[in-house]
Amino acid sequence: MYYDVHGNKISKSQWKKMYAAFKNRQEIIRAGLSRRDLFKMGLLTSAGYLAAKEGLSAWAYGDRGGSGQCASPTTTPFTMQLPIMPQKQPISVGNLTGPAPQINPNTAINPATGIAFEGRTRPHQAPALGFPFPPPVVYQVSQQAGTVFMSSQLPQQTIWGFDGISPGPTYVANYGTPILVRNINNLPSSNGGFGNPSVTTHLHNGHTPSESDGFPCDFFAQGQYYDHYYPNVLAGFNSDHKPAPGQPITTAGDINEAMSTLWYHDHRVDFTSQNVYKGLEGFYFLFNQFDTGNEGTGFHLPTYPDFDIPMMFADRCFDPTTGLLAFDLFNLDGILGDKFLVNGVIQPVLHVHPRRYRFRWLNSGPSRFYQFYITDLNNTGANNQFWQISNDGNLLPTPVQVPAVQLGVAERADVIIDFSQFAGKTIYLENRLEQTNGRGPTGNVLNAGQGNLLLQIVVDLPVVNDFSVNPATGPTFYALPSTNVAPRVTRNFNFNVTRDGQWVINDQFMDCNTVRFMVQQNSVENWVLQNNGFNFPQWTHPIHIHFEEHQILSGAPGLAGGGDRRYFYGGNSSPSTGVNATRKDVVRVLPRQSVTLFFRFRDWLGRYPMHCHNVVHEDHAMMLRWDLATTGDTNQNP
Amino acid sequence: MAIMTRRGWLTASAVLPAAGALVAFRSKAEFSAPLSGREVMRERYFPNVVLTTHEGKAVRFYDDLIKDKAVVINMMFAACNDACPLVTANLVRVQELLGERVGRDLFIYSITVDPEHDTPANLNDYAKSYGVGPGWLFLTGKPDDIELLREKLGYVDPNPEVDADKTQHSGMLRYGNEPLSLWSSCQGGANPEWIAESISWVLPKASRSTG
Repeated sequence: MYYDVHGNKISKSQWKKMYAAFKNRQEIIRAGLSRRDLFKMGLLTSAGYLAAKEGLSAWAYGDRGGSGQCASPTTTPFTMQLPIMPQKQPISVGNLTGPAPQINPNTAINPATGIAFEGRTRPHQAPALGFPFPPPVVYQVSQQAGTVFMSSQLPQQTIWGFDGISPGPTYVANYGTPILVRNINNLPSSNGGFGNPSVTTHLHNGHTPSESDGFPCDFFAQGQYYDHYYPNVLAGFNSDHKPAPGQPITTAGDINEAMSTLWYHDHRVDFTSQNVYKGLEGFYFLFNQFDTGNEGTGFHLPTYPDFDIPMMFADRCFDPTTGLLAFDLFNLDGILGDKFLVNGVIQPVLHVHPRRYRFRWLNSGPSRFYQFYITDLNNTGANNQFWQISNDGNLLPTPVQVPAVQLGVAERADVIIDFSQFAGKTIYLENRLEQTNGRGPTGNVLNAGQGNLLLQIVVDLPVVNDFSVNPATGPTFYALPSTNVAPRVTRNFNFNVTRDGQWVINDQFMDCNTVRFMVQQNSVENWVLQNNGFNFPQWTHPIHIHFEEHQILSGAPGLAGGGDRRYFYGGNSSPSTGVNATRKDVVRVLPRQSVTLFFRFRDWLGRYPMHCHNVVHEDHAMMLRWDLATTGDTNQNP
Repeated sequence: MAIMTRRGWLTASAVLPAAGALVAFRSKAEFSAPLSGREVMRERYFPNVVLTTHEGKAVRFYDDLIKDKAVVINMMFAACNDACPLVTANLVRVQELLGERVGRDLFIYSITVDPEHDTPANLNDYAKSYGVGPGWLFLTGKPDDIELLREKLGYVDPNPEVDADKTQHSGMLRYGNEPLSLWSSCQGGANPEWIAESISWVLPKASRSTG
C-alpha cells in the first residue's frame, strides 16, 4: 500500500512519480543552485517558474489541459558536441530494394506482405512533361527504429528515423538534376506508447508534383515502399518560364524562384505530431550555379559542409521516472518541452573558427515559437547583431542585419554570423521569446541570459581563410518576382475553433476526401488568412501552404519585443519589409490579425493541403485540402 | 515500501545523494525500467475507475472498456443542446457505416460530463432516442471519477471559465487500439464517412474498410 502526505491511498506508480519529483526538488535545494544555473540547465522556464508549476512534479498531465508543461529529469548542458547529419548517398537504380521504379504506381501484390508493393496511388507527372525516368540520381531511405543518446545523463532512447537516425540524413540536391527517393516503411509495430507505423513523407517547401508531395492521406503501410520523384526544377518551367528551344525542361523555370533550405518530415494525417516527435524529420538542401555550397563561386556563401551548418531545433519532454522521451498524447492545444534539442542532442556545444559561418535554422516543433539571439553571458547588455540571408527556403534579395530571428514551427532562416568578433569567447544561441503554453508566445521578450540557452558556441578553433562574401557589402541574390498582377480570385480563410473545441477553417471541418476549392493552373490568387474568432486572444498559428510559395502583401509578422512596438518589422496592415520581403511557405498569423498572401499557382496538378504547422493543431484537423486543376473555381470563402 | 507519511518523506530525504550529484553523470540505475507502450498509456491516461453503463452495469474503465480493444471515446451530456446532438448523430451514422464490427472489433463509449444529472436511466433514454445499437455504451459515475477521466483524456480547457462551462466541453473524439498503443483524435463534427475511415485505420487489419 502507498499513501500520499495527506494519508490518501495512491497507486504504486503515483507514489513512484511523487518520490521522483521529491528527489528532484531535494537535489536542487541541496545543490544550492542559483537562478542562472537553473536557466542554464533548462529547469527554469521563461516565465521564471520551475519547469512545472507544481514544482518538479511528474508531468503535469492533469494541468487543466493545454499548458503543455512537463518536468523532465535534470541534465547538464553543453557536454555533448553538436551532431552533424550525414549526407545521404545515392545508389544505383538496380540496387533498389524491391521492383524497379515505374511511372504508374506498382499496385501488384507483394506475396511477402499480401498488400501492394507500393503505397502510391497516382502516376508520376514529370516524365510526361519531358523529365527523365528513372531520373539520373536515385536514393533509398528506410523509415525504421533506431537507438540514440540525447544526453549522457538520460537512458538510450528508441526513436523512429529515416535510416534510423534523427534528424535523418541530409539530402544535397541540385537544380537541373531530378532525383527519385524510394521510402521503405520498415517501422516496427511496437511503439513505446506513441507513433503510427503508417507514414507519408512531405518534402516541405518543395515545388513537388502532388503524388510525390507527401500529402497527409498518401500514407503507406509497413512493408510497403513509396517512390517520390523530386524534379528539382524552378517554378515556372511549365508556364511562364518554359525552356528555350532545344533546351531540356530540367533547366527551365524562373531563377528568381530558386530555393535553398528545405526539410522533409512525416505528414501522416492525425498522427503527424507523434511521428515527427518520434524523429521522422531531416534536411534537404538545393544548390545551383549561384548558391553553390562553395564560397569561391556564385554568391560566395560559406562553404558546405565546413562552414554551412544545419541546425534543427526541437523541444521535448522526458518521463521523470524512466528518463524516456514522452509525448502528451491527449493534449490538443500544443505541447511544450523543457529540453531543447539541436540536431537531436540536448543543449550541445559547437566549436568554430573565428570567421563567417552560414547557419541554417529550422524550428521543427511541435508547438513552440523561438526568437533567437546571440548571447554573451559576460556582456548581456550587448546587442549582437547578425545577418539574415533567407526566410524559409528562400534567399532574401539582399542580407538584412537583425538583432534576432523569430521562427514559428516549420519556419527556417539562414543566417551569417561572423565569429571573428567573438574570437576566444564562449557565446550562446538563446531563445528569449516567452511562451507558457502550447497556444502561442506571450509576445514578451526576456532579458539576455534569462531565456533558453540552446547551443553553446566556443570560438576557439584556429584562424582560417574566409573567402565568403561579407554581408555588410550588400551583395544581391535573387530579385522578387513581381506581385503587381491582378488576382483571378481573392479567397478568405478564417482559422478558428468552435465553442466545443474543434478546429475549423471557415467554420468547416477537415476531410481528406473533400476538395474545398479548385485553383486554376497557371493563375494568380490572393489569400487572406485571418485568426479571428472564438477564444481569439490566445492563439498564434503558423500556417503552411504546400507546393507554391507566397509573398506577404500585408500583415507581415515581425519580431516580438520592443515595448509598445510589440511586433516590429511589420504589423497588422504594414507591407512586407526587411526579412519579410521574400518568398515564404509558412506565415505566422498572430492573434486577431490577418495576412494577405500573393500566389502564382503553376506547373503541376493535383491535391495539396493548407494547415496549421503547430503539428498538434494540424493533427486535430486545422487543415483543408485544395486541388490544382486545369479549371478552377472562384469561391471567395471556401 | 511502507506507508509514506510526512515523517517518511523526511527520512527519505536523508538518503539522497549529495549536492554534486545533480551535475555529475547520473547513474542509469536511477531510472526505472522502461514500460511497454500499453503500460505507458495505461499509466498516463486510463485510470481504472468504476463507471455505470446506461444498462445499469458496473464496469471498470481500463479492465473492462479499454484493455485489448479498439475504441472510440467522446464526452457528452444528455441535456446538451449545442454540439452534442450533432456528434451523437454522427456517431450513430458511424455505427451504421461500421456495421457489425461495432461490438466486435470496435467499441464506442460516450462518457457524461454531467454525472449529477445523467443517471443510467437518463442515459438509457438518451441512447434509445438516438437508436444507438449494441457495442456503444453511455457511461456515468462518481463525479470525482468522471473529473479524473476528463483530465486524463484531455477534455479540459486551460481557461477556467471555459472549463467550467459544460456547454463548451470538447467535441473531439479519441480513437485508438489498445494492444497496439495506437491513439489519436478526430473531430466529432466531421463528416461521418470521414470519421469512420479515420477510425478504421486502427482497427484490426481484417476488418478495415479500406485496404
